[in-house]
Amino acid sequence: MATATANGATGPKLNHIGLPVLEYRGGKSTLCAGCGHNAISERIIEAMWEMGVEPERVMKMSGIGCSSKSPAYFMNRSFSFNGVHGRMPSITTGAVLANHTVTALGVSGDGDTASIGMGQFVHLMRRNLPMIYIIEDNGVYGLTKGQFSATADIGSKLKTGVINELPPIDTCAMAIQLGATFVGRSFSGDKKQLLSMLKAAIAHQGTVMLDVISPCVTFNDHEGSTKSYKFLQENDEPINEIGFVASFDDIEVDYDSGEVYNVEMHDGSQLRLRKLLEDYDPTDKANAVRTLMEAHEKDEILTGVFYIEAQKETFIDQLNLVDEPLATLPESLTRPPKQALESLMANLQ
Amino acid sequence: MATGNLALGQEQGESSARPRVVNDFSIIVATVNGSGSQSANSVLLKSIFGMGVPVSGKNLFPSNIAGLPTWFTIRASKDGYVARKRESDVLVALNPETARDDMMQVQAGGAAIYEEHLNLKQYRDDVICYPVPFDKITLDICHEAKLRKLVKNMVYVGAVAQLLGIDLGVVEAGLRKQFAKKQKVFDLNFGAVQAGWDYVKTTLTKQDPYWIEPMNQTKGKIIVDGNAACGMGAVFAGVTVVAWYPITPSTSLIEATTDLLKKFRVTPEGKATFAVVQAEDELAAIGMVLGAGWAGARAMTSTSGPGISLMGEFAGLGYYAEIPGVIFDVQRSGPSTGMPTRTQQADLLSTAFLSHGDTKHVILLPGSVKECFELSYAAFDLAERLQTPVFVLTDLDLGMNNWMSEPFAYPEKPLDRGKVLTAADLEQLGEFARYRDVDGDAIGWRTLPGTKHPKAAYFTRGSGHNDEAGYTERPDEYQDVMDRLARKFETARKLVPAPVTTKNGTSKIGFLAYGSTDFALRESLDQIEKEHGLSVDYMRIRAYPFAHEIHDFVASHERVYVVEQNRDAQMASLLKLDLPAEQVVKLRSILQYNGLPPDARTITDEFATKEGL
Repeated sequence: MATATANGATGPKLNHIGLPVLEYRGGKSTLCAGCGHNAISERIIEAMWEMGVEPERVMKMSGIGCSSKSPAYFMNRSFSFNGVHGRMPSITTGAVLANHTVTALGVSGDGDTASIGMGQFVHLMRRNLPMIYIIEDNGVYGLTKGQFSATADIGSKLKTGVINELPPIDTCAMAIQLGATFVGRSFSGDKKQLLSMLKAAIAHQGTVMLDVISPCVTFNDHEGSTKSYKFLQENDEPINEIGFVASFDDIEVDYDSGEVYNVEMHDGSQLRLRKLLEDYDPTDKANAVRTLMEAHEKDEILTGVFYIEAQKETFIDQLNLVDEPLATLPESLTRPPKQALESLMANLQ
Repeated sequence: MATGNLALGQEQGESSARPRVVNDFSIIVATVNGSGSQSANSVLLKSIFGMGVPVSGKNLFPSNIAGLPTWFTIRASKDGYVARKRESDVLVALNPETARDDMMQVQAGGAAIYEEHLNLKQYRDDVICYPVPFDKITLDICHEAKLRKLVKNMVYVGAVAQLLGIDLGVVEAGLRKQFAKKQKVFDLNFGAVQAGWDYVKTTLTKQDPYWIEPMNQTKGKIIVDGNAACGMGAVFAGVTVVAWYPITPSTSLIEATTDLLKKFRVTPEGKATFAVVQAEDELAAIGMVLGAGWAGARAMTSTSGPGISLMGEFAGLGYYAEIPGVIFDVQRSGPSTGMPTRTQQADLLSTAFLSHGDTKHVILLPGSVKECFELSYAAFDLAERLQTPVFVLTDLDLGMNNWMSEPFAYPEKPLDRGKVLTAADLEQLGEFARYRDVDGDAIGWRTLPGTKHPKAAYFTRGSGHNDEAGYTERPDEYQDVMDRLARKFETARKLVPAPVTTKNGTSKIGFLAYGSTDFALRESLDQIEKEHGLSVDYMRIRAYPFAHEIHDFVASHERVYVVEQNRDAQMASLLKLDLPAEQVVKLRSILQYNGLPPDARTITDEFATKEGL
């Protein structure tokens, strides 16, 4: 439980539900020092704390791989499910159907998503299930010691000198095309962009798909890799600068609509995307995909919020579910009465 | 009875001297898949039922949308036998492609009703022949070409009803029920029935010995298929999340479930208290079930053999991470794609140990439509009580065919939601360890995501864990969990449905069987008694792990025959793993695995051979 007594000068800083950031921390990371995934865990902790999400009201979901271990390293007070390889989407779908009042945060990797989990990934995107899906994308398999994944760029080189000759899967372009309603790409080393993106993701209702490039310091951070810290620092091209004003932040900021694309989020928050790429409209699906495809041809790595549809019906809306979690509905609502069975029996006679 | 064209009767005059066979014969209707014969078959079946005669129907159909041959078999049995009868007594031949073969299958002295121009008489002089110009009759009464194919089926219903002495009023009532709100459709169909009836009445003379006569054996009974019964069981168990992928022969189980959910589980405000998701494949289906079960919902999926194979990895996760869920497997003929529309009991072993590592699962084995209902709702209680996936194994024969049954009784016992700690419980306890055996039954307490207490959360994983759900590779911690899971299986042994003892007297010979094999075996045991003067004992297994009564049954007999529908004696193999060595030698097997439901005669004959009778 929170140890702080008050938000005084001596106590730790509390968020708007009265918890210190300590209450959002996890276990000690067993990933390599300098791993991009650890930085992402830090941003998740900050975003959840700043947004004042109750830790017990979060489900941390993951598959298998380095990335999928990371939920153990943030938010110990949250429920967690580390499932089987590539199948986090289906487990999360079931869990959200059982209890759609809890925030679902999925952490996956490029192997877990773009290879073994591709089937489940694309179908998850189609459903617009309310959840945040983060790909910690380093282009290699870490736990099995450095094989290429399907997001590795053409021409990218392994430590062993092997060159990737197959085209990469752009998970963002796929997610946009398939129906995800909040799609972005960030870099684990860009604290500000990633934090704003995560806060907006928490406010969004529907499927958020964030591809976060997260260099693997052990197997893919060398010269010739397109997923190294150095390469990202040199080639990261943000298409917009993300500003997020939470619904509980009582801030009024003037902005120029020619320069800033303002999105009203479902919960009343505001997402302000300052245009860095000329006239980029993040609600134009076709343009978003085209922009990503063109960037590939130019070997540019675009980051930012590529696509957002803030008010689209979610899977929960489509299924027309009751407001309460299905998991804990009382028997009076889930077991039909005796007369129901009797009428069925009468019809079968 | 009609007196008309006597030509046929004169040729086969001697058969009229045969004793009447009343309410004890089979009818085989041979048609083309997709010709719409199903409603005609159903009307005929329900007409016999309406006469008060115990009846069962089986659809033997191809894996095809339209065009391939299909057969519907109806068995009327005054003694209440509902298994497949090996012999065909009355043939209705409407498929030119198979007509000759169908005719060859009719037993000597049987009868055949067929499209006149097929001229089936040329093949058999020991079968009573009733040629009927179905096409011409249909042409006369139905002017819409596209409806003729459907209407023709009803003509045969009328012809058969007249020949067998089925009350036309009963047929009419059945039709009226079927087309309750469609007067025009009823008129057209009943017109066809009447035309078939009239033709036989005025043109043919009854020569065969087969008769349906009124009885009083079906009053208060229902007719339903096993898949619908399982769906009812699930709905009355309060299922809330259903995830599935289409596969024959399990699809209709989900369709039945969905229909019932829409009917009974919508709030007055129009909101659903359930979610049904057609998943992208069986992997996703069981993934959703486990996700939902973990989060506290009663969740289910339904599949058949190929789907079970795909679910393997997740089944192991469910076992090891201890997550409830109910998985129906309506078995079909394997291996691989096998024969998707034919029946078998060949998924038992693969399901019992589904997944890698030391994994074993609780399996329930309904032996009737009534048990499909009862064991389905029991499966949800067991899954949550034991915190593990529970498999309900039926098969195509039980699942997709219509069976007569006593009406189902409402489950009066409240739902057992298992060991779940609330925030208030945690407040009192201070903390909990997810996988600790605090009650001595090897079942830990769990919390559900969203439980508002700082100590409520735990980390669910398929990797090595200790009793606090923490990651471990420590030999002792890992083994403790594995040993507790083995003890939990012993708890399951005490909780699963006990076997049903039909007879356990003084015989040295015992029979063990499960699932839909029961129908044929019970008839076979009567045959054994009648023909060989042997009164043998019989116990029907209803679940794995095996209850101790099953061990006792084997121990108290000299020889135990295990009758099942697979090549490799899967139940016998599973029993051998469980029984002490000196008991194992007592087991022998009688197996039927050609894709057809078993029949009593084959079992009886094989038993007699094995026993040297």
